Amino acid sequence: MQMYDLPDPRGHFGPYGGVFVAETLSHALDELRDAYARCRGNAAFMAEFHHELKHYVGRPSPVYHAKRWSELLGGAQIYLKREDLNHTGAHKINNTIGQALLARHMGKKRVIAETGAGMHGVASATVAARFGMQCVVYMGSEDIKRQAQNVYRMKLLGAEVVAVESGSKTLKDALNEAMRDWVTNVEDTFYILGTVAGPHPYPMMVRDFQSVIGEECKLQMPEMTGRQPDALIACVGGGSNAMGMFYPYIGDAKVRLIGVEAAGEGLASGKHAASLCAGRPGVLHGNRTYLLQDANGQITETHSVSAGLDYPGVGPEHAWLKDQGRAEYVAITDDEALQAFSDLCRYEGIIPALESAHAVAYAAKLAPSMPKAKTLLVNLSGRGDKDMQTVADRMGIKL
Amino acid sequence: MSRIAGRFAELKAVGRKALIMFVTAGDPAPSLTVPLMHALAESGADILEIGVPFSDPMADGPVIQRASERALKHGVGLSDVLHSVSSFRKQNSKTPVVLMGYANPIEAMGVEKFVAAAKAAGVDGLIVVDYPPEECGPFVELCGKAGIDCIFLLAPTSTDARIIEVARVASGFVYYVSLRGVTGAGHIDSDEVLARLPKIRAATRLPVGVGFGIRDAESARRISRGADAVVIASRLIQELEAVPPAQAVECARAFVKPIREAMDA
Repeated sequence: MQMYDLPDPRGHFGPYGGVFVAETLSHALDELRDAYARCRGNAAFMAEFHHELKHYVGRPSPVYHAKRWSELLGGAQIYLKREDLNHTGAHKINNTIGQALLARHMGKKRVIAETGAGMHGVASATVAARFGMQCVVYMGSEDIKRQAQNVYRMKLLGAEVVAVESGSKTLKDALNEAMRDWVTNVEDTFYILGTVAGPHPYPMMVRDFQSVIGEECKLQMPEMTGRQPDALIACVGGGSNAMGMFYPYIGDAKVRLIGVEAAGEGLASGKHAASLCAGRPGVLHGNRTYLLQDANGQITETHSVSAGLDYPGVGPEHAWLKDQGRAEYVAITDDEALQAFSDLCRYEGIIPALESAHAVAYAAKLAPSMPKAKTLLVNLSGRGDKDMQTVADRMGIKL
Repeated sequence: MSRIAGRFAELKAVGRKALIMFVTAGDPAPSLTVPLMHALAESGADILEIGVPFSDPMADGPVIQRASERALKHGVGLSDVLHSVSSFRKQNSKTPVVLMGYANPIEAMGVEKFVAAAKAAGVDGLIVVDYPPEECGPFVELCGKAGIDCIFLLAPTSTDARIIEVARVASGFVYYVSLRGVTGAGHIDSDEVLARLPKIRAATRLPVGVGFGIRDAESARRISRGADAVVIASRLIQELEAVPPAQAVECARAFVKPIREAMDA
């Protein structure tokens, strides 16, 4: 691959990405794009960002060799990038810190966010508390039912959680509602979008803030193993943890990039959230990308045991990496993810988020087919405490 | 001359302003779309704007979202909307029809196929909410060749440079969104809106329509002093929501008449 310098100035990754929004949002996005361009090149801003990552988030996050589990699987060595050890328990905070600093820089006193599983909502509420900003989080009413604990966490942190009753009442509708709020309150409000989707500059900006994950891996893996890993594996809903890990490696063609989508009850069942594996390109939420849609171009409802992967679109840069053949995208079912969840608990003493368990499950599939000298680096993007209720319910256990 | 340009020219000749009325296709029931279109045209609407249902209407407020959801429950898609227009055209060849919707259903049908089908059905103009000028050059060109107007939105936040860019590609009329927010939001400040119009007129000779937040005869009358057209959408949908479907057509007639009278007074 040639030197990689995407997106173009209007946010395109080949045919994907762009700014597909109503005129009412155009000015806000221009303002954001300009403000981010100034901050991205500003040493003081970046120094502050890294200071927060170190002292507030607790970075760098360690890379851990899952030795016992690798031996049991009998193939490639599996390493875990421990984003679950970040403050708030997931990679989401890397991005919310960056955007909150940008909001402050732009003089915005109110931040809004959308959330599915609640992790991005919690990370947004956290930074709003940290920087003294008002915070409103939009969350589908179906998700509120599934993630009561995270709703309470957000409220404890001082955020207002607004239940979204439109459409499928899940993440995509929460995103619609956050956009509507932003259009209405654009003067004083900053929209902290949680993934590498949405209109430009969000896919680029969220990727940039999250790429601290991959940058650290690039230093940590040679220290631990003497070289870069043979493959990176990360789960993909919107795709921010994967993009953050992949981005610094795009130019290194020897490293395979593998994104793992949610196959739900199986791709053939239609009950899944695998936009790259089973969708086709279209326009949603301000960008062109792979979407799960029906023959009429209506966005279809998705299914995954992990609320954080339950999104019918995907970041446009993933769409581009797929078409270019630079990254591979596969899908893992609910059952496979739950098995990996249990295995990691039992063999390594680590409780992964159900989202991350999809990446773990694919590593477990791939490792036995590879020699023991090969290495797989899995992004353990979040911890599983939030999923206790879901897992217990699936096992028929009442907590 | 396109049907839209023709209609604005006729109105100008007699010193009247255009009333643009909106309904979502398939709401409250698919069988009512064509009767509603006729009722609106007969009771005083000069141009009809037909909403194409979409699962994720990001720029719309709760009222049009609900209309979209009801239509989707009836399984109404883009091809059904085009059928409604061609069936309307069998009895009405004069009233311009504009479709308003989002890009994805169009792209799912295929842009070329859609433009040809819209032309054949008798569609005169298109508002694709999430197709800003930078992202839809080839689409605008296709529409131009087919003689279909591409209508673009301008907002209170649109900069001067942006107004010029939009004016460069727009045809039919330009649609000024009269407030910050989504469709159906709040009340508009007519003086503020009227004060914005000269800047738009300096950039384009196209007629200027104003919409988002016009709710009654009085606000329509005030806006029509400065604008070439007023667009009413959410308020009509709300009226229709309040009556049984069997009364929808009568309700629409009763709603439009006083607005028409106020604008012509």
